[in-house]
Amino acid sequence: MRKRCLDVVYRLAKSNRDVVFIGSDLGVGVLDNFKRELPGQWFMEGVSEQHIIGMAAGLAMSGKTVYFNTIATFISRRCYEQNAVDLGLAKLKVRLLGSGGGCVYAPLGPTHLATEDIALMRAIPNMTIVAPCDAEEMERAMLASENHEGPIYVRIAKGGDSVVSKAELGFEIGRAVDYQEPGEVLFVTTGIMLQRAIDAAAILAKTGISAGIVHCHTVKPFDSKTVVAAARKARAVLSLEEHTVLGGLGSAVAEALSEAPFEKAPRFKRLGLPDVYPDEYGSQNSLLDRYGLSAEKIAAEGQWLLSQRLTGVRGG
Amino acid sequence: MSKEAPLDFHKLGKQIRRQITEMVVAAGRGHVGSAFSLVEILLALYKGGVLRVDPKNPRWPDRDRLILSKGHGALALYPILADLGFFPKEELMKYCKRDGILGGHPEHHKIPGVEASTGALGHGLSIGIGMALAARMNGKDHRVFVIAGDGECDEGSIWEGALHAAKHKLDNLTVIVDYNKQQSYSDVAEVCPLEPFADKWKAFGFAVQEADMEHPERLLRLLREPQSKSLPRVIICHTVKGKGISFIERNLSWHHKGKLTEQEVENIFNELEI
Repeated sequence: MRKRCLDVVYRLAKSNRDVVFIGSDLGVGVLDNFKRELPGQWFMEGVSEQHIIGMAAGLAMSGKTVYFNTIATFISRRCYEQNAVDLGLAKLKVRLLGSGGGCVYAPLGPTHLATEDIALMRAIPNMTIVAPCDAEEMERAMLASENHEGPIYVRIAKGGDSVVSKAELGFEIGRAVDYQEPGEVLFVTTGIMLQRAIDAAAILAKTGISAGIVHCHTVKPFDSKTVVAAARKARAVLSLEEHTVLGGLGSAVAEALSEAPFEKAPRFKRLGLPDVYPDEYGSQNSLLDRYGLSAEKIAAEGQWLLSQRLTGVRGG
Repeated sequence: MSKEAPLDFHKLGKQIRRQITEMVVAAGRGHVGSAFSLVEILLALYKGGVLRVDPKNPRWPDRDRLILSKGHGALALYPILADLGFFPKEELMKYCKRDGILGGHPEHHKIPGVEASTGALGHGLSIGIGMALAARMNGKDHRVFVIAGDGECDEGSIWEGALHAAKHKLDNLTVIVDYNKQQSYSDVAEVCPLEPFADKWKAFGFAVQEADMEHPERLLRLLREPQSKSLPRVIICHTVKGKGISFIERNLSWHHKGKLTEQEVENIFNELEI
């Protein structure tokens, strides 16, 4: 997925000399072709992330569209003030490409896990947040980024993620995708949780429970309208994210549902990482499983939530 | 102002300090000491024919860029920008007021002539580096100036920026340090010593110049000289915090000041010979 992401930057740069790429201290050979062919638009600036975001701001204030890639958590945690003041306040065309969103770097431990990046970036005014589910959706997001105003945080998944996004459903930054017609259960996903939701829906189908999916490749601005419309048709809504349940997609869904008038509100549950520093290494999959984000456990949660008969009456 | 004409720092400095005082009186607050320290640096840049700017066209692409990275010095910048015509002088008396554009720290999107929103320290140099790189990429000859505080040089991001300014051989970039040797709490030497300061910049790859701001003409002369090829430049300005008023000079209770007493205002105006 990162490869596709950076390939699109290269393509954009080839056709637009105001597109600039900055890496921090990326792996050897990354974007060699870009460096060779467009050396004037290519920078590798070392382990100086705060400086790089400032520099990107200066370039953007001079008319450039800047794509900066490094490890996700070094963008979101380390450079928070630069993100907020240099990029958000000035509403600049800088694209922050965060590698290893979520549990991708499980073997490397909590210093490298970007498990609250969405929450952090969501709190910054003018910041757009995109978390594609696969390389195809990444390509659509990156192409859409060229003319988008203001900064964008792009959360990059592990790579090699099965391709499930569908071109025919369209892509627009800020618009959620009605991926699968709502049933009794509705899964609201971002990033690679779409793949897990598809599998969980298939498991539920075997037990006679229908499940729909709304996929939010954009977490901010949040498409409350699509999510609430789908939630009206469901009895149980579950948000799924490879991220702490605090402040990310689940919070966005909760906010939207709690503020929308419902005749009969669906039951709702956030599934994601708990409010802890993960205490195991292993793999992305093993960590997600540990915290209940395997397809089987997601399906079981859906089944359980549906069985709760305490549906309250809210609003309306 | 022609490039070679002498500049009456003494007279202009008093005018600016008077305006700063009036603004602080109106707002009931302001970083007085930090602003007074900076007045002659800004006068040299804006009134000495150094900066190529057009107040009628503040976003002119070929303009020189000045980033006041020590954004808390904004009180010194505003009267100069107003005098040049970047915005109406009436704005000065609305400093920090809800209907004004001039805040305690300058905002780029509100104030014509302000190139970056600063106040959070340690940001301006890297932004300036991006602008200097963009100028080079676009084949433009405009220059970038970044004014940093000495306390601000405690920030790691300043030194990240210094590494990269040298890497890119940004000879269209000048860092000016307002080295008054005091920060908010105490002396720089006590809080976070910077010496040997000039050697540090030299070691980072800068062409280093120093200016004793008791004689601001020296700074103006340096600014009017062409920069060394292939090197970013730093000019360390030896300034005095609270400069110009005897009881404010080196007095840290004036770093940021709340409401001034009538007596204080009178004493300031008396010293400004008004």
